[in-house]
Amino acid sequence: MDYGTFQGILTIIVMVTFVGIFYWAYSKHSKSNFDEAANLVFSDDELAKMSKDSGEQK
Amino acid sequence: MMNHSQSTGADYNYTIVRQFALTTVLWGIFGMAVGVLIAAQLIWPQLNFDTPWLTFSRLRPLHTNAVIFAFGTSALFATSYYVVQRTCQVRLFAPKLAAFTFWGWQAVIIAAAITLPLGITQSKEYAELEWPIDIAITIIWVSYAIVFFGTIAKRTTSHIYVANWFFGAFIITVAVLHIVNSMAVPVSLFKSYSLYSGAVDAMVQWWYGHNAVGFLLTAGFLGMMYYFVPKQAGRPVYSYRLSIVHFWALIALYIWAGPHHLHYTALPDWTQSLGMVMSLILFAPSWGGMINGIMTLSGAWHKLRTDPVLRFLVVSLSFYGMSTFEGPMMAIKTVNALSHYTDWTIGHVHSGALGWVAMVSIGSLYHLVPVLFGHGRMYSTSLVNVHFWLATIGTVLYIVSMWISGVMQGLMWRAVNSDGTLTYSFVESLEASYPFYFVRFLGGCFFLTGMLIMAYNVLRTVKAPKESLPALAEA
Repeated sequence: MDYGTFQGILTIIVMVTFVGIFYWAYSKHSKSNFDEAANLVFSDDELAKMSKDSGEQK
Repeated sequence: MMNHSQSTGADYNYTIVRQFALTTVLWGIFGMAVGVLIAAQLIWPQLNFDTPWLTFSRLRPLHTNAVIFAFGTSALFATSYYVVQRTCQVRLFAPKLAAFTFWGWQAVIIAAAITLPLGITQSKEYAELEWPIDIAITIIWVSYAIVFFGTIAKRTTSHIYVANWFFGAFIITVAVLHIVNSMAVPVSLFKSYSLYSGAVDAMVQWWYGHNAVGFLLTAGFLGMMYYFVPKQAGRPVYSYRLSIVHFWALIALYIWAGPHHLHYTALPDWTQSLGMVMSLILFAPSWGGMINGIMTLSGAWHKLRTDPVLRFLVVSLSFYGMSTFEGPMMAIKTVNALSHYTDWTIGHVHSGALGWVAMVSIGSLYHLVPVLFGHGRMYSTSLVNVHFWLATIGTVLYIVSMWISGVMQGLMWRAVNSDGTLTYSFVESLEASYPFYFVRFLGGCFFLTGMLIMAYNVLRTVKAPKESLPALAEA
């Protein structure tokens, strides 16, 4: 296999991978997972508050 | 500093975050002050006082190293250690190693502040530090990676939040870039020669240089953005899907963009064209991130009226969008023929560095400092607002003056008379630039003043008695 063919195949692999990522990200079943992940920014507050409260009770 | 560690929040390691957060402010002031000094030297050259270690050529790398690696990277250390703990809901892995990254990084900064004015340099832009310091950086960076990825590995959440993807990409790629570009043959303790030569050396250098922009100054700060913008706006990120797609597109594309720094040089023509095309495509994922950040505010726009911290974050995203539009445009070879080697480039860099990197860091710090020191808000919200306007006006003065100066220089340098001789000498273009150099200096003074106000505000917040700074009620 010459270098040009190798590069061509590599380009196709990269392209298919990217389309795959795109398809996965926009597929329906990822939605609920992503919503959960997006809310991680806020669930840390509850955790911080909880342990602060339990700390004060001691 | 230590005695605060139990007072706030869950069982998170805040000591290391506090240390890096406070040094961010300190090194920000130092690096920007050096910047203002060298901006003044371009107008009043006698300000080098005929002292070798105060000359522009030695202080300029000190300025760039201080703002990128002391200010910017300290901000990244602080926020990544904070965000990875809070979104993984677990205490930092290997706390002693984390402490080592702090003290080690400070030692590197001090070594840079001593060696650069002495003229000890590898003379690679943004990679000037000599080989012993390079080795120290490598050890600290690998420790950083162990602490960060160790924390992710022991997370209690099932997801790895998108901010950590950006921080992770930044940590891994900077390690690779630094090691490859710093390969050198030492001849003495303070002198080494690069392993590369000629066009290969130039290509390796700008592969490093542009990916330092792409992964340190972009991916790292996008990680910051993906935590602090949703947090401050009180809404989850606009589209988590978009964040995944633009993450992979961004890291896949940035690696190729380096050659646009070497248009019309000895670099092979096809490499230049490849770099140009990849830089143009890079516009899409860059704006994906910008849109995702700004749209996070949809439905919460009113908060911008009352919250100067959110204003910092949103304006930083606007500058990010602006400079990632300007960048691909300047990578087009015909545009580059006009812009390269002129002040336009300096303006472009500062639109990213002041407008995006510094402002998103400042906004994040204003969110972070009260949390770290157990307060509901900063000591003075109106001083945050004053800082916001000083920073915005300073940045605008800087970039507008450099745009005008740069385009003017480009046009003067290419102007030819009918007999083919140059219309202007170089010195004529320099003389024409003086007024704009003064406006740039003024912009720098504005920005630096803002940082000094920030230092005062941070100090008062840190020193404030407990419970004296309650959070303001939601407007």
